[in-house]
Amino acid sequence: MALTPQDIGRIAHLARLELAPQESERMLTQLNGFFDIVERMRAVDTQGVEPLAHPVAAIQDVQLRLREDVASEPNQREVNQQSAPAVERGLFLVPKVIE
Amino acid sequence: MTQPALHDLGVAQLATELRERRVSAVEAAQHFLDRAQTHQHLGAFVALNEEATLAQARAADARLAAGTAGALEGVPLAHKDIFVTRDFPSTAGSRMLAGYRSPFDATVVTRLAQAGCVTLGKLNCDEFAMGSANENSAVAPVGFDAPAPVRNPWDTSRIPGGSSGGSAVAVAARLAPAVTGTDTGGSIRQPASFCGITGIKPTYGRASRYGMIAFASSLDQAGPMARSAEDCALLLSAMCGPDPDRDSTSLDMPTEDFGRSLNDSLEGLRIGIPAEFFGEGLAPDVRAAVDGALKEYEKLGAKLVPISLPRTELSIPVYYIIAPAEASSNLSRFDGVKFGHRAKDYGDLLDMYKRTRAEGFGDEVKRRIMIGAYVLSHGYYDAYYLQAQKIRRMIADDFQNAFKDCDLIAGPAAPTVAWKLGEHGSDPLADYLADIFTLPGSLAGLPGMSVPAGFGEGGMPVGLQLIGNYFQEARLLNAAHRLQQATDFHLRSPL
Repeated sequence: MALTPQDIGRIAHLARLELAPQESERMLTQLNGFFDIVERMRAVDTQGVEPLAHPVAAIQDVQLRLREDVASEPNQREVNQQSAPAVERGLFLVPKVIE
Repeated sequence: MTQPALHDLGVAQLATELRERRVSAVEAAQHFLDRAQTHQHLGAFVALNEEATLAQARAADARLAAGTAGALEGVPLAHKDIFVTRDFPSTAGSRMLAGYRSPFDATVVTRLAQAGCVTLGKLNCDEFAMGSANENSAVAPVGFDAPAPVRNPWDTSRIPGGSSGGSAVAVAARLAPAVTGTDTGGSIRQPASFCGITGIKPTYGRASRYGMIAFASSLDQAGPMARSAEDCALLLSAMCGPDPDRDSTSLDMPTEDFGRSLNDSLEGLRIGIPAEFFGEGLAPDVRAAVDGALKEYEKLGAKLVPISLPRTELSIPVYYIIAPAEASSNLSRFDGVKFGHRAKDYGDLLDMYKRTRAEGFGDEVKRRIMIGAYVLSHGYYDAYYLQAQKIRRMIADDFQNAFKDCDLIAGPAAPTVAWKLGEHGSDPLADYLADIFTLPGSLAGLPGMSVPAGFGEGGMPVGLQLIGNYFQEARLLNAAHRLQQATDFHLRSPL
């Protein structure tokens, strides 16, 4: 199953990436080349196999922890916003989203 | 006999010199800062901050004088620019984070500072740690106005490996006695192999991922790179430990002295030799060096046991589905709002996102985001991501079967020695396929090392990869140390 130029456009939109026409073309060739090697993986019989997320779960139970929902950080808004592209009165600025 | 130069000392020796006050932390720091300046052409460093480094060194000297020194007090080291630091910019090799200053230090950085280490600077790497040659960095190294290749000090027309390429170069060229790296699919072991140094990736979950700019969260692990296994053990012991409030996948395992059994005998050690690591794809020069190291192990009393890791080839597609899927999710945070690059010209919010990300990310990162977004999208998730996670378990089970017959596994870290700059051109698949020997251990989350094993074509270093079972870092380091007692490959210098 090969990807089409329309697929590339759809995926780029999902990924919030603007691709120039030449870039899209190159991406199509490269991704199709990549998915050729993925085909071997799809043919493997995995019936009854549990997916593995935390690798150490292959040998022991791994509990993903949740910590108490309490504030542990001091307020350091200025330091946190020092690398923001656009800030005004402590707020992040974005283009207008509500008319 | 003349005294060895400071940069020829390993971490253990340097720590002793500092503790016994024969050299000060400021002298050591200044010596390495000067070397960083005189070796700029290698492109290893992307950020230096002499003032901050010397302030850290003065504080270390004060603790040495007061008798409150940590185990590594005053030892200079440098961090891969994937760890966030308050004293230096943190870019992950990306235009997206040009000039970014983190409000906090990564846990690994904090832990090493608590042990007394002094930070020299930040080291070049592939953008968001995606690459096998360090050719995907978008950041200008110190002394350059534009991105420039990181050069292998054994032959400056060759790549250093990746993604921790700057890290490996810094150690090989004696610009730092030790450095940090990260390994998602081989990014510590492969550049260590290509640059003739020692590197270890611990069991997944040993080192905190807090403050390590995320690539693939179920694979990313931090580890040290240095000249010897003994030095790696010192660094690793300081780096690892539970971080339950900061990293949900951090294991609740106490800190360990990973160097406790360095000198244990290898008599009767069973070393598994996976047939799949010695097939057609392995270059003869690499095979000869690896075979030579295995003979040394036999002389040391170890037994070589044939084993099989039957899904070795499948690890390539499995890894290159799982890692990009997780990357596409992790990198969605770069949207031009809270930090990092924002496009100059844009219309609405969606347009701002798209242009910002188009400008901020390099080609390889875009490819992986595209692959990830596709395999996670509606209708494809089961066929790709879930299928890959299932085979991931089968690969992990293959290792457990193999470890019934052996105590550790040995083979090449990479199929060839370091290739020439630009040799893989614009063919990303060539880089992916070269990761074949490091990916299986990464997918299984096992600890793995690369140890200098000799030299191949063009006099380039060859690394022996050692893979241990979960939590067997001390045994791996023991095996590596004994090899280094019997050989001198790790002491050779390219300069």
